[in-house]
Amino acid sequence: MLAILDYKAGNQTSVRRALDHLGIPCRITADPAVIADAAGIIFPGVGAAGQAMHELTSTGLDKLLTGQVAAGKPLLGICVGCQILLEYSAENDTTALGVIPGQCAMFSPALTDENGEPIRIPHMGWNRVALKAPCELFDGIDKASEFYFVHSYYPVPAPQYVLGVTEYGLPFCSLHGRKGLWAVQFHPEKSGRPGLALLANFAAYCKEAR
Amino acid sequence: MLSKRVIPCLDVRDGKLTKGIKFKGNVDIGDPVETARLYYEAGADELVFYDITASSEGRGIMLDVVDKVASQIFIPFSVGGGISTVEDMRAVLLAGAEKISVNSAAVKNPDIISQGAAAFGSQCVVVGMDVKQVPVSEKIPSGYEIVIHGGRKSMGLDAVEWARTVEALGAGEICCNSIDADGAKTGYELTLTRLISEAVTIPVIASGGAGNPDHMAAAVTIGKASAALIASIVHYGEYSIKDCKDRMAARGVKVREVW
Repeated sequence: MLAILDYKAGNQTSVRRALDHLGIPCRITADPAVIADAAGIIFPGVGAAGQAMHELTSTGLDKLLTGQVAAGKPLLGICVGCQILLEYSAENDTTALGVIPGQCAMFSPALTDENGEPIRIPHMGWNRVALKAPCELFDGIDKASEFYFVHSYYPVPAPQYVLGVTEYGLPFCSLHGRKGLWAVQFHPEKSGRPGLALLANFAAYCKEAR
Repeated sequence: MLSKRVIPCLDVRDGKLTKGIKFKGNVDIGDPVETARLYYEAGADELVFYDITASSEGRGIMLDVVDKVASQIFIPFSVGGGISTVEDMRAVLLAGAEKISVNSAAVKNPDIISQGAAAFGSQCVVVGMDVKQVPVSEKIPSGYEIVIHGGRKSMGLDAVEWARTVEALGAGEICCNSIDADGAKTGYELTLTRLISEAVTIPVIASGGAGNPDHMAAAVTIGKASAALIASIVHYGEYSIKDCKDRMAARGVKVREVW
């Protein structure tokens, strides 16, 4: 069973629908006992980093999460969940969880796209992820696949944690972490077949790691 | 590199699919859930549902459609039509839509945009605007005016000014529909599309007038839109989503080609 962390993040039902479709048992939960018992945790997120951290700290879920990661529980952070695994976010000047060294920065409106036009913010739509290191999440996924992004801030982890990069005005890190602790800036639950394959790979990893 | 999006638009009334030609003479062409699934599998990048139901009973049916679509297709989709309060927005988002689209409700009460953005995030809030070309005047300096009620009522509001206003209020995206081009299949209103795209920094979806994939390529190059909304050219089987994308790619447009 996978635990989808319930902290009013917005997109947990989308993640649940995707896992249901894949036949992967899951529960949307904030119950420490259920989370401790889960084979892995999905840490979703939509909205602002400040609000997300506020929800986590006011409910004590921040300590639960960092404890689970320290104990080696597989975890997948999505979007804001990916960003606040880092130490700091420029969004709302937020001190974040700090399980991965690095911070989160805002796209500069001065950046330009391939045609020399100013980039539009948010980065909204489909884009590729170029792997910088092997990643189990991408097993069997076509390299030309694209994933659905919608965000105005992007992760800047310490270089050794950069696993995948996407181009939008600049090359930014769209996949970071280490084996068993992954963070994706895009929404796999909304990225069609490649996104579903990524979620299935995460579930398979959790099952084996157990 | 970000792909330009191809977005089929499905008009729904009482839980069934329609396609309006110039907003008149809608004809029933089928089940929205099944159609959504077919477009998902065919490579659509996103879907838009417009609920043109008038009754509250029909509204409930729409939420059921949204829930079914969200359980079967795993790409983003938005729902518009009849959304005029934050509670309407919440119901649709909870049923599984990524985005909600407000149109005439935003013209009548612009605060709905900022309220929606504050409650759910700007990324959820699409502002749809129906636009008609009019003589340039002091009040309408761009020569493009906002209209509501399917083009029947002019609002005395300049489209470019309105686009800037909705961006400032927190809209995450604009869907710009030309009433003049809608249903005519002679191409998007490129001058309008470009004016709106250049007036804001949020993404703009071009809508109204697609007759072939070359028109779509023009919308995202000459018109500088981030996405092209389509309806009848795919609904009646004239072109597949892949036909559209292949043609756009041949024109040098970056599109999502693997799904």
